[in-house]
Amino acid sequence: MTAPPLHTETKPLLEIRDLEKRFPISRGMFRSPTEFVHAVDGISFDIAPGESLGLVGESGCGKSTTGRMLVKLMEPSSGHIIFRDGDYERDVADVPRSGIKDFRSRVQMIFQDPYESMNPRRTIFDTVSEPLAVQHVGTIPEREERVLDLLRLVGLTPPENFLFRYPHELSGGQRQRVAIARALVMNPTFVVADEPTSMLDVSIRISIMELMTQLGRELGVSYLYITHDLAVARYMCDRIAVMYLGKIVEIGPTEEILARPKHPYTKALLSAVPVPDPSYRRTPVEIKGGISKAINPAPECRFIQRCPFAGEVCEENVHPPLEQRGEDHFVACYRVEEIERGEVVPH
Amino acid sequence: MTTSLENLETRQIDPTKPLLEVDDLIMRYKIKAGEVSAVEDVSFTVHQGEAVGLVGESGCGKTSIALSLLRLLPSNAEYVSGEIRLNGEDLLQLSDPQMRSRRWKDIAMVFQGAMNSWNPVYRIGDQIRETLDTHYRGEMSYDEQRAHMERLFTSVGLPPQMLDRFPHEFSGGMRQRAVIAMALACSPELIIADEPTTALDVIVQDQILKELKRIQRELGMSIIYISHDIAVIAEVTDSIGVMYAGKLVEYGATSEIFARPKHPYAYLLLRSTPSITGPRRILAPLEGEPPDLLNPPTGCRFHPRCPFATEKCVVDEPPLADIGGGHRVACWHYDQVPDLEEALVR
Repeated sequence: MTAPPLHTETKPLLEIRDLEKRFPISRGMFRSPTEFVHAVDGISFDIAPGESLGLVGESGCGKSTTGRMLVKLMEPSSGHIIFRDGDYERDVADVPRSGIKDFRSRVQMIFQDPYESMNPRRTIFDTVSEPLAVQHVGTIPEREERVLDLLRLVGLTPPENFLFRYPHELSGGQRQRVAIARALVMNPTFVVADEPTSMLDVSIRISIMELMTQLGRELGVSYLYITHDLAVARYMCDRIAVMYLGKIVEIGPTEEILARPKHPYTKALLSAVPVPDPSYRRTPVEIKGGISKAINPAPECRFIQRCPFAGEVCEENVHPPLEQRGEDHFVACYRVEEIERGEVVPH
Repeated sequence: MTTSLENLETRQIDPTKPLLEVDDLIMRYKIKAGEVSAVEDVSFTVHQGEAVGLVGESGCGKTSIALSLLRLLPSNAEYVSGEIRLNGEDLLQLSDPQMRSRRWKDIAMVFQGAMNSWNPVYRIGDQIRETLDTHYRGEMSYDEQRAHMERLFTSVGLPPQMLDRFPHEFSGGMRQRAVIAMALACSPELIIADEPTTALDVIVQDQILKELKRIQRELGMSIIYISHDIAVIAEVTDSIGVMYAGKLVEYGATSEIFARPKHPYAYLLLRSTPSITGPRRILAPLEGEPPDLLNPPTGCRFHPRCPFATEKCVVDEPPLADIGGGHRVACWHYDQVPDLEEALVR
């Protein structure tokens, strides 16, 4: 399966091809598992250098699993993740143990919960400089200099005051700034951010979002931004990929997806997002039921049970491939054209 | 799923009549380091059939207000002054057993995080029955209770046989529906919903909010929604109160506050909320961090972060004054805060 092409001259930073992750469901100690959760079920996409791609979807759709595989915190069951950084070109799954250090200096992750992603017994200096220590970069005074620079960069000023404090002395927003500093200390080219602002208050959220965008631009970092919040994705991402039960159902430029969603699931997701304007009337959500788990899923379209437009073509064929339906806009739905023309009535 | 409210008690409402009046409520937590001023001089009124929203960031005192109304506060909390009147009767004057008989029956609560509000080792139905046992002791037979619970479940869109299931067999959305069913069990006049949909996915959140709104309208109940999510509050409430550092800084009709927020904090909060609709506008970050409520700032509690602050704000505390049409603002310089529309176009 090919991925939606990117309109860039340069080669993509990341090429993800047919990526899969299956988790076995244990039915007892001595039985080999027959059932698998298809958390990520053959997805393909590219990320361009300097781009920020948003991965959105409901809980359990496989977005975090995808993110974890990209930073090698989890091994894919099958598929390829080609990562290019200058002369460095590797399939992430094939990076051997001895190569992990080198890989981790180029790829980093920011976690959701700033209260749990830091060791409470280590100072901010220890936390931020740990990657430097692991990679044997610089002497201790040089590391201190680097940490001070980064704390300044993420807006913890004056940085000297933060160096020897502990996580519990900082607020949630400050901690997330420390997490960002830690992720950037090795000058990575690619950062996976898994819901980095969802635990923060609105007012603090905006400053963290701005900080990440600004640093991404200045330092040339690409992001995979995992979020369930489409409004946040709108401000953080150049493109958005919508996931449903392990599949990407729609991918395209952010404003295009928000203004002209084509997949019935994307439409439902967008119409369910509350709007901070009491005079705004949303179109009612048209889908049925709730999200299930992708345990040994049937070959047809994953969305078929909840889709108000599902028809024969959906039942008789396997899960639809992503097809181009607009500029840079790809949709995995057989009936998208019929729906656009208003030929199918929701049932 | 069929939902029907026909069999539940409906109430005739008079929207001009106050149901709950909170007057100058001051509540503090005593801790080793001193007193945390969690709810400071808060006054507002909930009318019959009205949906009121309390918004603010974590630690602003919105949950403390909810717990104060139900008297579910931890033991180090102290009511310093104020009145909480339900239908004219001051709840703070009631004894603990009297108050216990009011909870669920007059005021019910839908708690934050449906995952944690059920006991995992009892069937959901048995947990609802416990409420009925407490409030209708001897008035309802076992079969009547069962019939009533089945009606409740149907009314929130759950199949009645789910009553015999355990909490872990419910999905997050179903558990929250069951919590709502339990809140409706004794036909309360007022429901306090504290972040009722925070842990849920958007599509489920949408379903739950619609359900709550429908039930509220059809049964003639009042609801106080407590949330940090301004978009949710915009959709479900008639009036909102904006809280900052234990104080109510602005109160008024939802449409009015969203169009013309007058308190700088409310204004900045709305300006910093991303939306998927409309033009992609520039979001204004709120500088600084919320204050430490052990030593709240002098004068206006928002002054250290306020772009409009003057010396007067540092010294004098602004009262929550009516600026017309029931729109109340606690700010000396509210006339300098621009209309939201104007600021967005610029």
